[in-house]
Amino acid sequence: MSDRKPTHGTYAVLAVPVTMLVVFFLVPFGIMVASSFYHRVEGGFYTPAFELNSWRRLFTEVFIERAVFSIGISLLAGAVCIAVAFPFTFFLTRMKRRPHVALLVVVMSALSLSEVIVGFTWSVLLGRAAGISNILVWLGVMDEARAYQPGFVAVLLGLCYIAFPYCVLTLYPSLSRLDREVTEAAQTMGASPWRTFWTVVVPISRPIIVAGFLLVFVFTLGSYLISAILGRPEHWTLSVFISDQASFNANVPFAAAMAIFLTVLSLAVVGVVTVVESRTRRLT
Amino acid sequence: MQERGGLRLQELVKRFGDLEAVAGVDLELPPGRLISFLGPSGCGKTTLLRMIAGLEQPTAGRVFLDGEDVTDRPPHSRDIGMVFQTLALFPHLSVSGNIGYGMKIRGVAQAEIRRRVDELLKMVSLEGTADRRVSQLSGGQRQRVATARALALEPRLFLLDEPLSALDANLREQLQVELRLLQQKLGITTIMVTHDQREAMTMSDLVVVMQAGRVEQVGLPLEVYRRPATAFVARFIGSTNLLETTGAGDGRVRLRDRDLAVPGADRSDGGLVLVSVRPEDARLHVGLGAVPNAIPGTVVFVRDLGELFECYVDCELREHVVVAGSPRERVPVDQGDAVQVEFPPDACVVVRA
Repeated sequence: MSDRKPTHGTYAVLAVPVTMLVVFFLVPFGIMVASSFYHRVEGGFYTPAFELNSWRRLFTEVFIERAVFSIGISLLAGAVCIAVAFPFTFFLTRMKRRPHVALLVVVMSALSLSEVIVGFTWSVLLGRAAGISNILVWLGVMDEARAYQPGFVAVLLGLCYIAFPYCVLTLYPSLSRLDREVTEAAQTMGASPWRTFWTVVVPISRPIIVAGFLLVFVFTLGSYLISAILGRPEHWTLSVFISDQASFNANVPFAAAMAIFLTVLSLAVVGVVTVVESRTRRLT
Repeated sequence: MQERGGLRLQELVKRFGDLEAVAGVDLELPPGRLISFLGPSGCGKTTLLRMIAGLEQPTAGRVFLDGEDVTDRPPHSRDIGMVFQTLALFPHLSVSGNIGYGMKIRGVAQAEIRRRVDELLKMVSLEGTADRRVSQLSGGQRQRVATARALALEPRLFLLDEPLSALDANLREQLQVELRLLQQKLGITTIMVTHDQREAMTMSDLVVVMQAGRVEQVGLPLEVYRRPATAFVARFIGSTNLLETTGAGDGRVRLRDRDLAVPGADRSDGGLVLVSVRPEDARLHVGLGAVPNAIPGTVVFVRDLGELFECYVDCELREHVVVAGSPRERVPVDQGDAVQVEFPPDACVVVRA
C-alpha cells in the first residue's frame, strides 16, 4: 500500500470521468427532475412551472400496477437468467479449451444483435406463419401451427435472451478462477458432483450470483422494445409507457416523473437485495 | 486398523494427449504405513496420486484397494481423505464447517458432528478455533484444518499432495514431525507426494522415487540414500560424486590410471561403470603418500558452513569431486593444495545410468 498524496496529475486524470458523469448523467437527470414539475401544455409542449400534476397522476392504480408488473417481470427474468446462465457458465469453464472458446464466441456474438432485431426475430419464431410450431407440426408432435406471441412467456423469453450474454460475462471471471481443487476436495469427502455443485460451487459464488441477478434486473427494467413487440398491452412495462408518453403524447413532464419513479424503484430493489445478501453472508 | 488400506497399482498408465505422465507403474504398498512419492516436478507423482484418489481416470491399468478393484469408482465412493497442494479449504464455511463437511454430506447428526469436530481440532492442536473463518487463520493453522478435514471420516487412505509446500521452512519442518507422529498414532495408510527429499526422509516408511512417469526405485528412506539404484536417484536424493569408470572385472574398476576396488562391479569388458560416492563418505588425504582406492587432485575451493565443511577437488574428471565432513574433523587443506581423494570400497555404489 502506498500512502503517497495524490498529485495534480491524479486529479487531472480523474477529472475526465467526473466531467463525463456530470455532463452526461447528472445534468440530464437534473433537467429531468425539473421537467417532471413543469406544466404540460395540451397539444403543445411544456412551460417551466412547479406543479405536482404529473406526480399525482403517477400514483393512480394503473401506473402502480404497471410499475409492479415491470419490476416483477424483471426480477423473474433475473431469476431465469441466473438459473440458466450459472450452470451454463460453470460447465463452460470446465470444458476443454477449443469448445470452450467456440461457445464463448457464440454467446458473445449475440451481443451484436440489437433489441429490435432480437424482438422481431422472436416475433417471427414464435408466430404462426413461419414459427417453431410449424416444425413441431412437421414432426407430428402438434396438429396445427399456433402463435406463442404476443404473450407473457414471449416477453420473458425475449428479455432473457438479450440479458443472457451479459449475465454470462458477469459470472465468467469468478467461475473460471474457482479453484478446481476445492470441488475435488468436496468429492474426496463423499460429495457427488451434484452435491458438490449445490454445497460448494453455488455458496462460494453467491456474491457473483447476486451481482449477475441485479445486472439482469436493471438491464431488463430499461428495455421497452421487447415487451412492445412481443407483448399485449397488459404485458407492457413502465418503460413502454414512458416512451409512449414522451414520443407520442408529447407529455414530457409525466414521462419524466415516471422515469424518476422507475429509477428510484430499481435503486430500492438493488439496495434491498444487496443488504439482505451481505447480512445473511455474515450470519453463516 | 493395520489391515485397512492396502493398495496395489497394476500397470498404471496415464496419457494427456501426446504426453505420457505416468508410463506404467506397478506397486504394492503395505497398509498402515506412510509412503512417499518423491521426484522432480513433472515426474508424474501427482498424477499417480490423483489416479489413486479417483480424480484422474487411468488410460490403462487398475487400482486395487484392500484387494478390491476401485478403478472405476468415482472419488466420492472411494473412502479416502486428501490434503491438496492449495489446501482447497472452503472459503464460505467456518473451521468447523470445513471439518464437518464430509459428515454433513453423510447425514451425521448435528451433535455428533460437533463432538467429532472438537475431537479433531484437539488432535491437530487447534482447540477454540471452531467458529473462525478460514481467512482468519495463519498458513500453519490452515494446514492443520485441511489435515483434520481429510481425516474426519476415518478414511482407508490418507493422501497428501505436497501438503506443506505453502509454508516457510521452519514451520514446514515442525509440521513434518507433527504429521508423521499423527500418522503413526492413527496407523492410517498414507501416501504423500513431495519433491523435497528431506521431507520424504523425515516422514516416510517407504520411499518411491519417480522420474519421467516411471518408478526408479522403491526402498526404505535410508536404503534409497545409501544404495541408490540409478544415477538419477543418487543425484536427486542428496548430492553425490558420480564417477564414470571402466569395468576391470572382479570387483575392480579403472578411474584415470588408478585401479579402484568397488564391490559389485562385475563388468570386465572395459565398458562404462557408474559409481556413486556420497561426499561425506569420500576422504581427503594431504600429500602424495600411498593411499589405497584413491586418486590425486588439486583443491579448488573450500567452504566451512559451521555444521559441515566441503572441499571441491579437481581430479581431472568431468566434474569436481566433493568431499564433505564435520568441521571438527576437518583435514587442514587450502586452495591449490595437492591432495588424494579416497573412495572407501564400502562407500562405492554401482548405479545404473
